[in-house]
Amino acid sequence: MSAVADYFKSLTLWELVKGLKLTGTYLFDRKITVQYPEEKTPMSPRFRGLHALRRYPNGEERCIACKLCEAVCPALAITIESEPRDDGTRRTTKYEIDLTKCIFCGFCEESCPVDSIVETRHFEYHGEKRGDLLMTKEKLLANAERFEAQIAADRATEARYR
Amino acid sequence: MINPFALLQEQLTALGFIPAPLVVVAVIVAKILVIVLPLMGGVAYLTLAERKVIGYIQVRLGPNRVGPKGLLQPIADALKLLTKEMVVPSGASRFLFIIAPILALGPALAAWAVIPFHSEVVLADINAGLLYLLALTSLGVYGIIVAGWSSNSKYAFLGAMRSAAQIVSYEIAMGFALVGVLVAAGSLNLGDIVAAQRGGLGPLSWFWVPLFPLFIIYFISGVAETNRAPFDVSEGESEIVAGFHVEYAGMGFALFFLAEYANMILISALTSVMFLGGWLSPIPGIPDGIHWFLAKTSFFLFLFLWFRATFPRYRYDQIMRLGWKIFLPITIVWIVVVAAMVVWKLPPWFAA
Repeated sequence: MSAVADYFKSLTLWELVKGLKLTGTYLFDRKITVQYPEEKTPMSPRFRGLHALRRYPNGEERCIACKLCEAVCPALAITIESEPRDDGTRRTTKYEIDLTKCIFCGFCEESCPVDSIVETRHFEYHGEKRGDLLMTKEKLLANAERFEAQIAADRATEARYR
Repeated sequence: MINPFALLQEQLTALGFIPAPLVVVAVIVAKILVIVLPLMGGVAYLTLAERKVIGYIQVRLGPNRVGPKGLLQPIADALKLLTKEMVVPSGASRFLFIIAPILALGPALAAWAVIPFHSEVVLADINAGLLYLLALTSLGVYGIIVAGWSSNSKYAFLGAMRSAAQIVSYEIAMGFALVGVLVAAGSLNLGDIVAAQRGGLGPLSWFWVPLFPLFIIYFISGVAETNRAPFDVSEGESEIVAGFHVEYAGMGFALFFLAEYANMILISALTSVMFLGGWLSPIPGIPDGIHWFLAKTSFFLFLFLWFRATFPRYRYDQIMRLGWKIFLPITIVWIVVVAAMVVWKLPPWFAA
């Protein structure tokens, strides 16, 4: 008996009308598209974007060339060379991150004992010729200068979780 | 009302130096252009409407970058396709490969000759209009079959085979639905069919009420005829890449696209002429007019887009089952019912 009822129900296209009704309501729903260059989605303070090599407020480089980041880097994107300075402290002479290798895992940032290498929220960058995406020490230090306010603010809000 | 074409004919004859047969040809060409150019514009903006409607249903915005609100998008698309190279595969049958898109588009445009836009506004007011339409809409499938075969590609061939079987199957249900209309109206002339739907009940005196099952079946078969979702097995982009037009690029592809959308508009127009009273006004007191015809056509076009955004593709055997085991019996039964209604002059539709 129910088979007969089902047959006649299918003839009324009931299920199809239900489907149409559902999609019809979505037609008038609020649209969730984010119009990217004009609108942006909220960003986490832990966002892992372009790298920066920070300095202390007095201008001294934070990096002590412990090479933990180089060791932990799963993509082998970091290259560090170091030697003692005249005052006896150890500093890097070369600190390079190859962004074409980097997978933006954030391990370098996590491993850094002095909060030197960090990943900023900046992600809208590009390279136009070979080598543009090889971040040298100078570029990394410049990044830190450019984004220091944001970096410091993010570290401050996240400090209690670390 | 002044007939602008009669005026044109007068003016051209008055010029004196154009021979009379040429004047006739010129007037006919002008009439064709008056139908085809807006149709092509309609096709272009139907593609935009489709992307917008489907986008909205998917909670997206759809194209909105080219021009204000994306209104120039169809023009950008057309320019892109026009400037692209048309590649003929080395294994393809060259002549058929090139002629196939034209075969697909030709009937879709030619069918418009008999569509009545208003009581007197029709290009060819022929008495066998319905027959002409049946013949031309069936021709459209040759473009697809020829394209699929001449491409010399597995996917294209599979798409063509599916399309052939599907269109032949639904042609029958469609034909029977039209037989119902023919019995109800007592005429093959599309203008007379619309006129037969005039009645005191407004929208309820149109044929969609007494012929309701045929109306539904005709429109669904129309969706299948145009190879639109959920009957798009001949294209089936997730199964056979793009089906029959997988090897086409540039202008050839654009022609198939035009044909598909022109067919959609044609089916919508036919449904509104045969079941929703064409240019007849749904509200008593408000005059009839071509705008009613366009509004009804747009409604069916919207249904096409709505269906595409809602239904998943039918499996091939399900399509065959629906066509042969559901639509065909129902249409045959309802033709008998319609015949009975006409013979016994069932009021209010067949009283006169």
